[in-house]
Amino acid sequence: MSVQLWTYILVGTTFALYIGIAIWSRASSTKEFYVAGGGISPLANGMATAADWMSAASFISMAGLISFLGYDGAVYIMGWTGGYVLLALLLAPYLRKFGKFTVPDFIGERYYSKTARIVAVICALLVSFTYVAGQMRGVGVVFSRFLEVDINTGVVIGMIIVLFYAVMGGMKGITYTQVAQYCVLIFAFMVPAIFISFQMTGNFIPQIGMGSTINDGSGVYVLDKLNDINTELGFNEYTNGSKSLLDVLAITCALMVGTAGLPHVIVRFFTVKKVSDARKSAGLALLFIAILYTAAPAVSVFSRINLISTVKDNPYTSMPKWFSNWEQTGLLKFNDKNNDGNIQYVADPKLNELYVDPDIMVLANPEIANMPPWVIGLVAAGGLAAALSTAAGLLLVISSSISHDLIKNIINPKITDKGELWAARISATFAVVVAGYFGINPPDFVAAVVALAFGLAAASFFPAIILGIFYKKMNKEGAVTGMLIGVLLMLYYILKFKFGVFDGGKIAVEGLKDQWWFGVSPEGFGAVAMLFNFLFALLVNKFTTPPPMEVQNIVENIRIPIGVAPPNNH
Amino acid sequence: MKTNKEYWNKNLTYLKYLLFIWFIVSFGAGILFKDMLNSISIGGFPLGFWFAQQGSVYVFVILIFIYVYLMNKLDKSYGYED
Repeated sequence: MSVQLWTYILVGTTFALYIGIAIWSRASSTKEFYVAGGGISPLANGMATAADWMSAASFISMAGLISFLGYDGAVYIMGWTGGYVLLALLLAPYLRKFGKFTVPDFIGERYYSKTARIVAVICALLVSFTYVAGQMRGVGVVFSRFLEVDINTGVVIGMIIVLFYAVMGGMKGITYTQVAQYCVLIFAFMVPAIFISFQMTGNFIPQIGMGSTINDGSGVYVLDKLNDINTELGFNEYTNGSKSLLDVLAITCALMVGTAGLPHVIVRFFTVKKVSDARKSAGLALLFIAILYTAAPAVSVFSRINLISTVKDNPYTSMPKWFSNWEQTGLLKFNDKNNDGNIQYVADPKLNELYVDPDIMVLANPEIANMPPWVIGLVAAGGLAAALSTAAGLLLVISSSISHDLIKNIINPKITDKGELWAARISATFAVVVAGYFGINPPDFVAAVVALAFGLAAASFFPAIILGIFYKKMNKEGAVTGMLIGVLLMLYYILKFKFGVFDGGKIAVEGLKDQWWFGVSPEGFGAVAMLFNFLFALLVNKFTTPPPMEVQNIVENIRIPIGVAPPNNH
Repeated sequence: MKTNKEYWNKNLTYLKYLLFIWFIVSFGAGILFKDMLNSISIGGFPLGFWFAQQGSVYVFVILIFIYVYLMNKLDKSYGYED
């Protein structure tokens, strides 16, 4: 069977599965719509969280990025897993005990203030819209590359599928689809990873194969070989990075803290039955995530060696078929600068003749390694599962921010449960349409998703939630000031150094690098903005009145796993 | 209320130790002391590089499960099982 046919079969089957689950798990109350009724098992929530978390970026782009960054790629590996330790130890159990529907719920009630809730809603919407636009784009890109449809058609197909289960099933539908999507995506990622590891080292386990010798009889370690290749071509040694130490620290910190502050991840822990389940499911989620995250750096190494040994100094005319296939997509470009008919791939941009888009490392990996056609179809289904599961989680945050936080808690508190459920469905539909529009016409800010989404989550939610749990005397004046300063600083930094807004636009960005504060890149600035948030929150708190007694009692209460929360106004 | 306070303080002690390890394996072994550790190799891995792209993730998973174990035990001894 051809690749195309396999892809249609695998993508079609998985989509039918998602729709089947959606029909089976419709939501009938707001509690089911927002938190799946609060009765999800830790195992199911662990898988759902892992799928929710691992996006098109984790599945398609991360291994490729690492293969170009070498050691520096560690910022993604550690940054996007270390946050789960913070979640499990510092946030999830207490927020589960608090037991409401959204992150702005916690901020609004803990800081007894509508202003705090509104600031939180704005942050949640900003973070989620940036993130979801990238996912819808990812869906379109996978469709266009594997099924040869137009990117826009791909986005629309993705929209219809998500619309179906997110609008009908809410969190309940999303949760069970995410469980299925986790299984699809992890299988789709691991099969080619195991394949290539065995091919290159004779070891089935990529995590171990990466540290083994190449099985060509030379006895050379894989990483030593790659270091030699890299230095020969003029790149840095693979196992040594080129970013500054401080920037590596800052980016890792911003990604960890940002992960722990992302609303679509946090709300997953509202769906389990009890506090101990929240802790356990955070552990399971990280275990499921770690399978992909420890295999990805191995894929980076193997696919880089494979790619370079295929192309290096070889005549263009002798390239295998996949080369021209990917040239057509524009992800691979050859420009014979010295007219010798051979491909020179080197670090020096003046002499380099090959442009390689990082996404190729995962997407074209099965073809480069000569894997059977069904593996290629599987990668397409996996990429779609990763993008759709994350998109659904984000859409739920957007819809609950509108229907629950804005409509129910601020505009019309008298709305009935049924009315709110309808509002939630309409907001979800609205969110899908906006996300789809962004997917078809990607705005500039989608490119800055790492800095924007993680930076803002780190600069706004993380400090406010941590202080809300661990510092009983933290008051609303301090928390709101901290969040505002963190967010505004972060936005200013991104506008200035990522978009060059104040210095004549994007062309100025490169020249502004030596003006970075403390030498920290926009991707790592979330760590700095977070510190400013903490600092100002504590400072303002010192000179304003402490929170009322009943709020301090709520804090006492969420620290203990049992007991009913003190009554409040809804 | 005294037992609540005791329970909370024990929790904070666990957090302190576990987060210390969390910091040491990632920011320490994976970043700050990477070059020093790279002079040691396990198999084909320079140790600092291994911590940065593999080892820290394994430790993160183990840390959460240790916390789950400790807190379940603590909940039980205080009668706070939910």
